[in-house]
Amino acid sequence: MKKFIALMLASLLALALASCGGNTSPAAPASSSAPAASDSSTDAKNGKKLKIGLVQMMEHPSLDEIRESVLAELIAEGFDDTKVEIDYQNGQGDMGTLNTIAQKFVGDNVDLIIAIATPAAQAAAAATSDIPIIFSAVTDPVSAGLVSSLDKPDRNCTGTSDAIPTAQIFALADELTPGIKTYGFLYNQGESNSVSVINDAKAALDAKGVQYIETCVVSSGEVTSAAQSLISKVDAIFCPIDNTVAYAMPNLAQIAIDAKLPVYVAADSMVNDGGLATVGVNYTQLGKQTAQMAAKVLSGTAVADIPVQVLTQYSTVANKDTAAALGIDVSKYSN
Amino acid sequence: MSMVLLRGAAEQGLIYSLVALGLYLSYRTLNIADLTVDGSFTLGASAAAALTVLGHPILALFFAVLAGSMAGLVTAVLQTKLKVQPILAGIITMTALYSINLRVMGNRSNLPMLREETIFTLFTKLLPTPLKGYAKLTLSLFFAVLAALFLILFLRTRLGLSVRATGDNRTMVSSSSINPAYTTTVGLCIANALVSLSGGLLAQYQMFSEITLGTGMVVIGLASLIIGEVLCDMLFRIPSVARAISAAVVGAVIYRIIIAMALSASVSTSDLKLVSAVIVMIAISYPAVRDQYRLYRLRKESEKNADA
Repeated sequence: MKKFIALMLASLLALALASCGGNTSPAAPASSSAPAASDSSTDAKNGKKLKIGLVQMMEHPSLDEIRESVLAELIAEGFDDTKVEIDYQNGQGDMGTLNTIAQKFVGDNVDLIIAIATPAAQAAAAATSDIPIIFSAVTDPVSAGLVSSLDKPDRNCTGTSDAIPTAQIFALADELTPGIKTYGFLYNQGESNSVSVINDAKAALDAKGVQYIETCVVSSGEVTSAAQSLISKVDAIFCPIDNTVAYAMPNLAQIAIDAKLPVYVAADSMVNDGGLATVGVNYTQLGKQTAQMAAKVLSGTAVADIPVQVLTQYSTVANKDTAAALGIDVSKYSN
Repeated sequence: MSMVLLRGAAEQGLIYSLVALGLYLSYRTLNIADLTVDGSFTLGASAAAALTVLGHPILALFFAVLAGSMAGLVTAVLQTKLKVQPILAGIITMTALYSINLRVMGNRSNLPMLREETIFTLFTKLLPTPLKGYAKLTLSLFFAVLAALFLILFLRTRLGLSVRATGDNRTMVSSSSINPAYTTTVGLCIANALVSLSGGLLAQYQMFSEITLGTGMVVIGLASLIIGEVLCDMLFRIPSVARAISAAVVGAVIYRIIIAMALSASVSTSDLKLVSAVIVMIAISYPAVRDQYRLYRLRKESEKNADA
């Protein structure tokens, strides 16, 4: 019995190793047939189904919203399930899984990879330099190494950026709560998107000559004490698109309301959880633009000819309850 | 399951096998559950990424090893000199490393190398065209074999034997006038150096480093190690150090192949953690189930003999 199991396992392993060592050929054509987007468009004409690999970094309300929107818009663009086959995979925040997913797509010889969030896009870019990659929700595609400039993608990657209009958020703050002399930044330095927004925010405030104090947290549990340390020193709190802070947003909102301080945020979900207001990214719109770029690639446009898109329309959202508690009139803005 | 996926799983498995080897030294040999691993893996990745961006992909790996052994040293000093409990010492170092890793990457949480030369791209260039597809596999295999050989040979030296003895019987070791604090320190330094090298290799392999890269690395490493042990137990009656170490490498590869299989069998990735947990559970409980089965058979036989 034991010998039998051992033998089976050994042979399974041998098989796995042999099959993985034994052929060079499939790998070569896989990479050589993939790059030409024009190939895939002829495939479509021949009635052959196109394959799209869709990878999302983790479960997250904003990222889920993008994915839903991408899927809906692809159908609207005419790429419904008679024409394309979409393989959706979620990395669950695990880098090893993201790499394996990317390799699966390359092995399946997909015609296009859609990657939602920075690490997903980077894992895909590392796995293939041939298959076109359309990314979404990458706040800073240049510093992520995906493109060298937003206008001229030089690799196999292009897509949409969810860069936050920080200057507009501060303009909104001046309108709603004039006279802010010092902002308190509250964020997790370990989140690349947050850091990128904070850098923008610093530049915007430096230009206006407004002061700021930074407080960094590592876990959601630290947000309470970080907020309490900030409230006596600042006139308003600003939080970027930060998952760590987002989880503790209801808590932070209550502390700020008690201290009669406005909290400006960078995501509408954080407004729903009690933040005062934001000029934020509309993720449905972002997903829509992503799908339109994907459609272009699928119908034969080269990646290099599709510049990275930054959202042009932003929506202002404010929280009525928080505003009422602070005695601010936000009737102009919906929600 | 496609070849690219299988090969990718084997490549990653070989790279991650260094974590399993590190845990073999700390967890199995020294009998310390060393949680520094989560931090030192990312430390290796960050250090390697920072130097790769500066244009030194090979030097990067040396620094990853150096940085990892430093992390091990800190944990060891906390344990042996400051008498912090082993698990707590690991947690303290791991927590501290979070901030240090951000510093190492230049206050960024994500450092891409998509445009840099890594040892993988350098090695690919060296190979003739038909073999280029195997460059990553060959290089990963090279490092896994190198690390395994190093560990096997190290455990045969006088110092290595002292490290093994420390895990087996501390009292005996100190009464043989070997300083257990010293052997523990050496063991933890080497273990974390291996983990850190694994992180450095993975960062160059996937062409970016991330602050969350090491999260859950202890569990993955343990799973690989234990899969290897079960395999070793099935194949050999007497497990030697060399067999156990080779098995750990194979275990890491099997773990990655199982994950890849689960993905290609379209197991939803949200269930993947459950799959990993089940693998670990089966692997860990295997010896207990086996012993119970043996006991059961022994009892049956003795009952039979008693009847006769």
